[in-house]
Parts: sequence; structure tokens; C-alpha cells
Amino acid sequence: MTLLWIGNAVLIFVILPVVIYLLRGVLGAATRIVPTVREIGTVAAAGSSDLDAAMLLVTTQDQVERTVAGVANYGGSLDVILDDAEER
Amino acid sequence: MSAAGAVLIVAVLLIVLALVYYLVATIVQLRRIAAGLDGVIAAVGEIVEKSAPVNDVVNAINEQLDAGVGVLEGLLVKKAGLSEAVGLVDSVYPGAAAAGLRSFPESTEVDAPRIGEVYTRGTLTLARLGREAPIAAASPAGEVLRNVEGGSLAARKLYPSVRHTSPENLPTSPVIGTDAPVRYEQRDDVGAPRKRLPVRGS
Repeated sequence: MTLLWIGNAVLIFVILPVVIYLLRGVLGAATRIVPTVREIGTVAAAGSSDLDAAMLLVTTQDQVERTVAGVANYGGSLDVILDDAEER
Repeated sequence: MSAAGAVLIVAVLLIVLALVYYLVATIVQLRRIAAGLDGVIAAVGEIVEKSAPVNDVVNAINEQLDAGVGVLEGLLVKKAGLSEAVGLVDSVYPGAAAAGLRSFPESTEVDAPRIGEVYTRGTLTLARLGREAPIAAASPAGEVLRNVEGGSLAARKLYPSVRHTSPENLPTSPVIGTDAPVRYEQRDDVGAPRKRLPVRGS
């Protein structure tokens, strides 16, 4: 009977507080994660909307190709018109 | 049932209640986290989808621009020479001479002339057009980019001269007065008595 009382005391004054402490820690960590996840979701949505202009890069690529082609043609004409430095 | 057994049951019941309460609360929070992560995954998926072609497009743009830079550098070196080309690039982009030209690794060893200190901005703009630009055409004797005086004179001739000093063959203003180099002879009838007309017969 004495051992049973000792077991009860250990259960109530040691095991129960330890279990409650550990469970509260897990609950507190889970609670703190929730607002962080919401902020990450907001930032990700904003980043996604910022990338809407990324498709304009295709137009930029086309413009760059045309510009470089024009520069190459202009350079070819200059190459014909101007004398080389070695010939001077 | 003994008192010790009753206390044991109560203690176990308390532990189970604590487990249920905290585990249920934790489950609720984990469900919120899962819902938030679903939104994050959807947004990240959009980011991945939208940024997928960016790498290829940017690489293609860089290749095109590199090709353009190579063409222009080659043309500049061919027409102006490596030293003057590096000097011109360094005058437009200070410090670029240290990096040199991409297609000419030996350009990093060239002692670039300080063209920016010799020529004005307008002259440099014309110089970028090549050696057959007006500043070069005005001094066909050569070495315009190296000839400070020739380059300066050519640059000054590009602008109208208020005093008509350039070019030198412009006609000067006429000189009037007794010291004029060109004078007209005075007419005899000027100042003479007026001629009398014959009287008509009535």
C-alpha cells in the first residue's frame, strides 16, 4: 500500500507536470509557426505578382535581336566606308 | 476500492485529460499550418511557373548583347587601332581600360591615351563615328586622334565663327572713305552748273 501511495505521488507530482510541460512546449511551437507561415504566404503571393512582368522579357529579347542586327548592319556599312587604321 | 487506487485512477485521468487537451490544440494549430502552407505552395508554384523561361531568355539576350559588343569592339579596333580604341572606351567609361576589350585580351596591357582630357565631348562624339568624321576629314595628314592641335582646330571649324576668321577665304567687309582701295572717279557734271535747255520759239 505504501508503494502505491509513493507511485501515486510520483505520478501526480513528477510525471504529470513533465507531460504538461512537454505538451505545452509542442503547442507553443505550433502556435508560433502559424503567423510565420501566413507571412510567408503573403510574401510568396506578392513575389508571384511581381513576376507578372517577366513575360515582357520575350519582347525585350526580340527588341535586342533587332537592335543587334541593326548595329551589325551599321557596323558592316562603316567597315566599308571607313579606312582601316593599318592603311593610314 | 481503496483510497490509493482511487487516487491512482484520478491521476491517470488527469494525465489523459492533459494529453487530450494539448494534443487537440496542437492538431488544430498543425491544421492551420497545413492550410497556410497550401497557400504558400500555390504561390511558389506560380513563381516557378512564371520564372521558368526567364533563364533562357536572359541567356539569349546576353548572347545577343555579347555578339553586339564583339562586333563593335572589333570594328573600333579595326578602324581606330587598339590603343585609340581602348582610350576611347576609357574616355566614355572611366576605368574600362583596366578591364580591356573582351575580344582583345592584349588590350589590358595597352597604355590607353587620355583622350577624355584632350577632346571635348562633341569631338569625342564625332571621333566615335570614325576617322573619316569631320575632325578627321579636316586633317587628312593623319594621326588626328593623337594630334591635339589638329583635333582642336578641326573641332573649332565645326562651329560657325562669329568673327569670320574661319575659313580664311571669306570676303571681308568693303572699305569706304578716301583710303578705300577701290574708288570711283567723280563725275564731271556733279556740282557743275545745270545745263540750259534751248529756248523754244513761240
